[in-house]
Amino acid sequence: MNRTIVALVEDKPGVLNRIASMFRRRGFNIASLAVGHSEKIGYSRMTFVVEGDEFTIDQVTKQLNSLIDVITVSELEDNKIVARELAIIKVATTKANRAEIMQLVEIFRANIVDVSSNSIIVEVTGEEDKIESLCSLLKPFGIKEIMRTGRVAMLRGIHEKS
Amino acid sequence: MKLTGSQMVCESLLREGVDTIFGIPGGATLPLYDALAEYTQLRHILCRHEEGAAMAADGYARVTGNVGVCTATSGPGATNLVTGIASAQMDSVPIVAITGQVPREGIGKDFFQETDVTGVTLPVTKHNFLVMETKDIPRVIKEAFHIANTGRPGPVLVDIPKDVLTGKAEFFYPDEISLPGYKINLEADLVQIKKAVKLIKEAKRPLILAGHGAIISRAYDELRELAEKAEIPVITTLLGLSSFPTKHFLNVGMPGMHGVAYASKAIYEADLLISLGMRFDDRVTGRISDFSPNSKVIHIDIDPSEIGKNVKTNVGIIGDVKKVLRVLLPLLNGQSHPNWIERIEQLRREHPSLRIRNTEKLLPQFIMSELSTITEGKAIVCTGVGQHQMWAAQYYQFDGPNQWLTSGGLGAMGYEVPAAIGAKIAAPDRQVWSIAGDGGFQMTMCELATAMENKVAVKYAIFNNNYLGMVRQWQEIFYEKRYSGVAYQNNPDFVKLAEAYGMLGIRVTEKNQVVPAIEQANETDGPVILDFMVQDEENVYPMIPSGQSVKELIEEPSNLEEKIKRK
Repeated sequence: MNRTIVALVEDKPGVLNRIASMFRRRGFNIASLAVGHSEKIGYSRMTFVVEGDEFTIDQVTKQLNSLIDVITVSELEDNKIVARELAIIKVATTKANRAEIMQLVEIFRANIVDVSSNSIIVEVTGEEDKIESLCSLLKPFGIKEIMRTGRVAMLRGIHEKS
Repeated sequence: MKLTGSQMVCESLLREGVDTIFGIPGGATLPLYDALAEYTQLRHILCRHEEGAAMAADGYARVTGNVGVCTATSGPGATNLVTGIASAQMDSVPIVAITGQVPREGIGKDFFQETDVTGVTLPVTKHNFLVMETKDIPRVIKEAFHIANTGRPGPVLVDIPKDVLTGKAEFFYPDEISLPGYKINLEADLVQIKKAVKLIKEAKRPLILAGHGAIISRAYDELRELAEKAEIPVITTLLGLSSFPTKHFLNVGMPGMHGVAYASKAIYEADLLISLGMRFDDRVTGRISDFSPNSKVIHIDIDPSEIGKNVKTNVGIIGDVKKVLRVLLPLLNGQSHPNWIERIEQLRREHPSLRIRNTEKLLPQFIMSELSTITEGKAIVCTGVGQHQMWAAQYYQFDGPNQWLTSGGLGAMGYEVPAAIGAKIAAPDRQVWSIAGDGGFQMTMCELATAMENKVAVKYAIFNNNYLGMVRQWQEIFYEKRYSGVAYQNNPDFVKLAEAYGMLGIRVTEKNQVVPAIEQANETDGPVILDFMVQDEENVYPMIPSGQSVKELIEEPSNLEEKIKRK
């Protein structure tokens, strides 16, 4: 089962290495990892999607907490979060099928961000299922490249502890 | 006042109360050694190999409870430290390693003697630093010492480029530490402690399992009070030896792979395990399902990630063993468990485990037992890894706290030679006995020069069987005695070796020479080597084969064949 863990970490050289090294050494599997600046200067926020049972997730949380560059760690329950992923997908096109593809893109509320004579790039945001179903619909046209950010997630306001 | 980076290192070390540094200089640390020449308050012990420097710092740290400091130059100097650092990490020993690095402009460009040391040591340190600005040195060293010796202790490495050491900046030693991500649990959870007390009151067959954490937190008196007040027998893990007096009537002994049978059997029958600063290592538990199937578990540990890691825990208490016990003890009434004590006595009678065969041959068990008697259980005992380590653990009867130094987690052979030097420097008035095998001894024996040069009177006892004994034992039992790469056919003459270093060496080949040799070693000023030519194919028993349990325990050699067949 995949679980979402969010950590606030120091934004300095080597931190990603320390975290990745801990995951590798302890044999934990990362399904996805997204990193970016947080609202606090000098700190980054990371969203991990980790494969594992309750015991594994408990250990991941504790081991992350034991790293000195990691400030806080929280495991987020799927039904209490807003989770998004962004993907950009390069699809092969011909004059004949371009309209059909654009229609699909519209249904998924995705955007076309680049067009060339034989391909277009689609940008889609949403939960993983949505991205995967768009990918599978686009597959028959010929997907040339996919780039996904991995999940970013946040606790909904209503579940925040005051 | 402006100081150089090197002076800042020395000033910072003095402010952390350091008086001894173990190390070897090199190109990248030339500026540091130039400053050390000014700072005569910092005693530098010149080692012969950086592994020895790290392990000596480890021995020093374990005995004093303070941070041990070692230093090495960039590249090979730093990589040589790694085994010692990894051992300190596994056994939670606070050391700070200061390494030189190539100048900043050379980093990442494969300069001469460049190694990415923070990268190399990342998984084997509690934390490490690469200092890129001279002005940061005092802050980093303060943080390094704080991290090394608080919470669960461990090694911290500080890597400093040569031009950061020569650079100058205003020296300012911070009072405060700002490490927002470093969490130490200072106050134990009273709710959890009350739950633990309830379980202790309900238990019929409770056992205390004391590990290294009991020693690190200096909980000797509290552990004894807990055992006596609630009449709970005490089992000590390998690293927990000397956390509780061996001869105490509630002491059961060491369990697990080479522990006494009655300790492992008692754990199997227990209904409550009170685990103090131990981590349920596989050498202790064997196959988890047959470790202690009917017991509840109270686990007190300073490291939250240890709780529930290997064994299901009913009550986890995160905290320092001593502090937790101080809160817990007043909540406990006097208790007694006469039936349980009697049952353990019965197990002890039925499975005596540590009988020494009556023979004229020179048995290592006999030597350890005599050494224990002669030193009245009061020596600091430092060992390498292998058969001699297990015999020392089994037969030395510790009388006081914190007398046992061994590379328990990493199992680094050769630890005994330098760690004993560190221990003796830390406690010059104590007897320090280093128990070695002929294999491990040869890995670090270059440090004999360090001992001699600094007049460090360690007594080395080599259990010389011309084998890598533990590997040979496993080959005998599990590989049909097909000995492969275990015979040391050309050991040096260790007596002549001792003489070459200018120390006393005595060879012991007969049983009746054992006591006089030990006594002579104790009476000699300066280091001594005793070369005990022990029975060469002697095995360590009892034995629980790797991954098995107390059910498959091999008690003594006599029934060995039968046990193996039954498997």
